[in-house]
Amino acid sequence: MLGIGKRDTTLLIVVTALALLAPFLLNPFPEGSAMAQFNAGYPDLMQRFVIFGIFAIGFNILFGLTGYLSFGHAAFLGIGSYAAVWMFKLLGYNILPGMVLSVIVSALFALLIGYISLRRSGIYFSILTLAFAQMLFAIAYSDLIGRFVGTSITNGETGLQVYNSDPQYFHSVDKPNIPHLFGQEMQSTYTLDAGAWSFDFNFGYYFCALILIAMFYLAIRIFRSPFGLMLRAVKSNQQRMNYTGLNTKPYTLAAFVISGMYAGLAGGLMASMDPLAGAERMQWTASGEVVLMTILGGAGTLIGPVLGAGFIKYFENIFAKINDNVLHGWFAFLPDGLEDMMVTLVHPFVGKGWHLTLGLMFMLVVIFLPGGLVEGGQRIGKVFRRRDEKAGSVESDAAEQRKPAAE
Amino acid sequence: MDAILLQILNGLDKGSAYALIALGLTLIFGTLGVVNFAHGALFMIGAFCSVTVQRILTLSTETVSETQKDFLGNPLKIQTPYVEGWFGPEVGSAIISWSVPLAIVFAVPVMLFIGYAMERGLIKHFYKRPHADQILVTFGLAIVLQEVIKYFYGANPIPTPAPDAFRGSLDFGALLGLDVSLAYPYWRLVYFGFSAVIIGAVFAFLQFTTFGMVVRAGMADRETVGLLGINIDKRFTIMFGIAAAVAGLAGVMYAPINSPNYHMGMDFLVLSFVVVVVGGMGSLPGAVLAGFLLGILESFASMNEIKAYLPGIDQIIIYLVAIIILLTRPRGLMGRKGVMEE
Repeated sequence: MLGIGKRDTTLLIVVTALALLAPFLLNPFPEGSAMAQFNAGYPDLMQRFVIFGIFAIGFNILFGLTGYLSFGHAAFLGIGSYAAVWMFKLLGYNILPGMVLSVIVSALFALLIGYISLRRSGIYFSILTLAFAQMLFAIAYSDLIGRFVGTSITNGETGLQVYNSDPQYFHSVDKPNIPHLFGQEMQSTYTLDAGAWSFDFNFGYYFCALILIAMFYLAIRIFRSPFGLMLRAVKSNQQRMNYTGLNTKPYTLAAFVISGMYAGLAGGLMASMDPLAGAERMQWTASGEVVLMTILGGAGTLIGPVLGAGFIKYFENIFAKINDNVLHGWFAFLPDGLEDMMVTLVHPFVGKGWHLTLGLMFMLVVIFLPGGLVEGGQRIGKVFRRRDEKAGSVESDAAEQRKPAAE
Repeated sequence: MDAILLQILNGLDKGSAYALIALGLTLIFGTLGVVNFAHGALFMIGAFCSVTVQRILTLSTETVSETQKDFLGNPLKIQTPYVEGWFGPEVGSAIISWSVPLAIVFAVPVMLFIGYAMERGLIKHFYKRPHADQILVTFGLAIVLQEVIKYFYGANPIPTPAPDAFRGSLDFGALLGLDVSLAYPYWRLVYFGFSAVIIGAVFAFLQFTTFGMVVRAGMADRETVGLLGINIDKRFTIMFGIAAAVAGLAGVMYAPINSPNYHMGMDFLVLSFVVVVVGGMGSLPGAVLAGFLLGILESFASMNEIKAYLPGIDQIIIYLVAIIILLTRPRGLMGRKGVMEE
């Protein structure tokens, strides 16, 4: 279907279902129950899931396929945001021009940075991208360019935002004064109450989700194309590719620009949901975050980055909420002394200490599961399959053999 | 002239810190071939060794004064550090005031141990894995170390004063007979001298001892040294410990200059990597040279006259120079041929 294989179609359907049904899936606990704090189905968080999902999918096209580890991808995210907010300032709150410009501008930057950085590989490439990103961060933070063009470009530490005095050329009174798509406001939410549950359907979220699905489909096409195959070849042995007389630079550069455009798109979406752009979005910690997401989910796999992004963003929000009271609630069934002990034991890992859990988890994944969560899932799947085999019908064995080798 | 001199002096202390961290990074890279993203965290742990020693020395007993009252009329509680009780008030307060230099004694074994444990426990298993994996696992370790420190010491910077004897500043203007005053804090001079000694000691150790000779031989050709019946792995592990100790010492003495906070390591790490790359991967003199050069460059760029014209240039200039050097001299300033070249 759609020019992709059967397995990929399944993946696409899974992602589509996850994205479209997210308001239900992320709100499994009834309103007001003790578990309600683990609900993640509110619009703001869901938007972040998909936006970072797009960012991570794009990063994976570069890192997962070519093996070039960029430590400065957040720069493109920030550039996308700035571009989108500038469109809001100049043209008005319709998000379409902002989205288009954010992709174009980040592509231009990616072309320039990629052209220079890709002259080196390995650790040098990582340092070069890091240096460029930090440089752009410093420029945005101090509004260096703004000093020369006369008007503020990035608005320094305050961050770029839309003011009433901005021209907003296409803005008219009948249009909403917040980001919208042809009059449909991004933050308009329809709340469905079903018994004890309540589900939020947010227009902005569904807009992002549709883009995520489209971008995921595009990523599948890239992964399965001859171009994707070429990128994999670069990863496995670039030297050999060069010896066969092939210039790999255009391919890696194309991958870099594509992933930069994904990041720019994510940045544009971020600005569309909340019309602000700040320099901290470009800092290297933000670049580190997308690396974490991709590795945690599984670099080089299709669905891994989406899972990783969702995973990190979910736990960032939910773990951070768990405080000592909640912990006491959990361990209330234990005798008093034990309860306090357990709370003390768990305390450093939740709430404000959530980054500790993240760091530990990340280390464990890198050490034991270089393939990320996806590999973990596959291993568990294999264990179950083996058990089935032991249970032993010859038929399943034969079916196993007929099946083409799993990737 | 005096402005230039002042900026050079200002650049020295930051340059010293860069040079020491970069030296440790290069030692690890040159011996074990590992890119250690947790090196900044080691620097940070060193700084917190200062804080710890200071806290231990100021542990106090509380006595309730019979005669004095506080402003609410309650009996005044007097804190007397144990050290003052043991050694008498004068010696005791002197010991407390010298807590940062005393922390060196504490930090060296601690850092050696941390480095040794890190190499044996974690990094050993990553020699055969790609560089990207090494970066990632040490990056994760850096996050963990940082968060552990944050858990125990809180998120706010902790002021750690220098000894009273070094509180003031030296007037270079008067010293050189210029009629302008060039005040330069004593502690920064101490820091510069200290790092010069450490750098000298590391070089002397590598150059003039048998151990150092073997390590250098191992850096050049690990396999051959191994074939000669020398347990090179063990020596490299010790070198990792030494590199950790160098970073830790840089942190210990840096605490009075900049109050330690949990993310200071990361702030320094990114720049130190740039320093290493500019100096040339695997070149020890290159790392030191580039550290001082970039420190001084940064200090020049943060002059008010320049910043008024180009805001933020002090943050930008280092990366700009790094990019230019990487593209024009791919091996860095003093890089050796065949080290990490793809």
